[in-house]
Amino acid sequence: MRLIPTPSQTAGPFFKFGLDRPEWADLTGGGKATGEKIRIEGRVFDGDHAPVPDAFLEIWQANAAGRYAHAEDRQAKPLDPHFRGFGRCSTDKEGKYHFLTIRPGAVPGRGNTLQAPHIAVRVFARGLLKHVTTRLYFPEDPLNKSDPVLGSIEDAARRQTLLGAADGADGAVKLYRFDIVLQGKGETVFFDV
Amino acid sequence: MSDVIGYERGRAGEDPPYLDPNYGSTVKRAPAKPLVRLEHTLTEVTGPGFADGWAGPDKTDLTRQGKSEPIGARMIVAGRILDEHGRPVPKTLVELWQANSAGRYLHEMDQHDAPLDPNFTGAGHVVTNDDGDYKFVTIVPGAYPWRNTHNAWRSQHIHFSVFGPGFASRVITQMYFPGDPLMPFDPIFLSIPEEAARNRMISAYDPTLSVAEWALGYRFDIVLRGRLQTPTGI
Repeated sequence: MRLIPTPSQTAGPFFKFGLDRPEWADLTGGGKATGEKIRIEGRVFDGDHAPVPDAFLEIWQANAAGRYAHAEDRQAKPLDPHFRGFGRCSTDKEGKYHFLTIRPGAVPGRGNTLQAPHIAVRVFARGLLKHVTTRLYFPEDPLNKSDPVLGSIEDAARRQTLLGAADGADGAVKLYRFDIVLQGKGETVFFDV
Repeated sequence: MSDVIGYERGRAGEDPPYLDPNYGSTVKRAPAKPLVRLEHTLTEVTGPGFADGWAGPDKTDLTRQGKSEPIGARMIVAGRILDEHGRPVPKTLVELWQANSAGRYLHEMDQHDAPLDPNFTGAGHVVTNDDGDYKFVTIVPGAYPWRNTHNAWRSQHIHFSVFGPGFASRVITQMYFPGDPLMPFDPIFLSIPEEAARNRMISAYDPTLSVAEWALGYRFDIVLRGRLQTPTGI
């Protein structure tokens, strides 16, 4: 017998005292994780292009070798005891968020495909009765051309919304800017997951 | 080669739409373009694990976080996290947050003219046991006004955040109380089209959970999406 899943409801505007975990914005285990450290920064905007100050993001990604820290990933690639692959960050008054993480490796796609390195991203906020899900890809990665998910988006301008923008570096840490537009001009591609 | 077993898809009417004009905040935040269907890959069927205590020690008694007890009616809320096929979801993180008994959140932006309670944060979390069970002790949250429309009030509710085994199983929901007269006027509750699905969000008073002379008991099971029964892509 099937049970009806519990429906999604908005996180509302007042979640920070319950969900804020500033330490979860650093996925590198205080710098101990293996791989190239990268910083991801961005802002969340609404349909008027006004910043969304009461949102939070969660990210999920593979480690530098392209393996997820999860029992169902049985690839013969190394796990990293210092890298869990999960992060959370609330937006501030200007809609800004940031993560310090590791550049993920490529992971298998469906069938015999390979997915370009990517980070799964979701956004919760007041006014989102259900979270939205997107992906961050890296603009210079040669695997993007053959990535099945990117390839499923025919409109090049829309596809572009999934690419982070290389934006210099903070010391040795490369910075990628990834703004999320919930609605309207430049609307980010969101997935039905 | 990776033929993963994906997750079941939601059915029409069982989840809220993004745009619901009765809930004004959706109007400028709902995606306007159709979502792009994503067939589940390793990315979506894997997700963060919490079995090793990474989220920190459980915080299950919200009545013992201050110097003395918070004001309000003490309650126990307990239940099981399971999937739509009835399988328990062990060792997953459940986070809870709520207003105090006066209907006020511990949040700088909550301007409701009701008192804060110095002995109540309204936040807790727990990792489910091997049977998918969780249990919190808290205070019955108060209803509160919001500015969605003139003289609008939110039903009494407790926010729940649950991960489940994969990225695709994640849900944030709200738990409501049986018989709350505000529910038929609450556009967030009513955003779920199907009544049977809405009712999934209403807890049940459970006399076996109540503790005599001490606390009311409410049961609230949370049902996550289940796995497809056969691998996709075959």
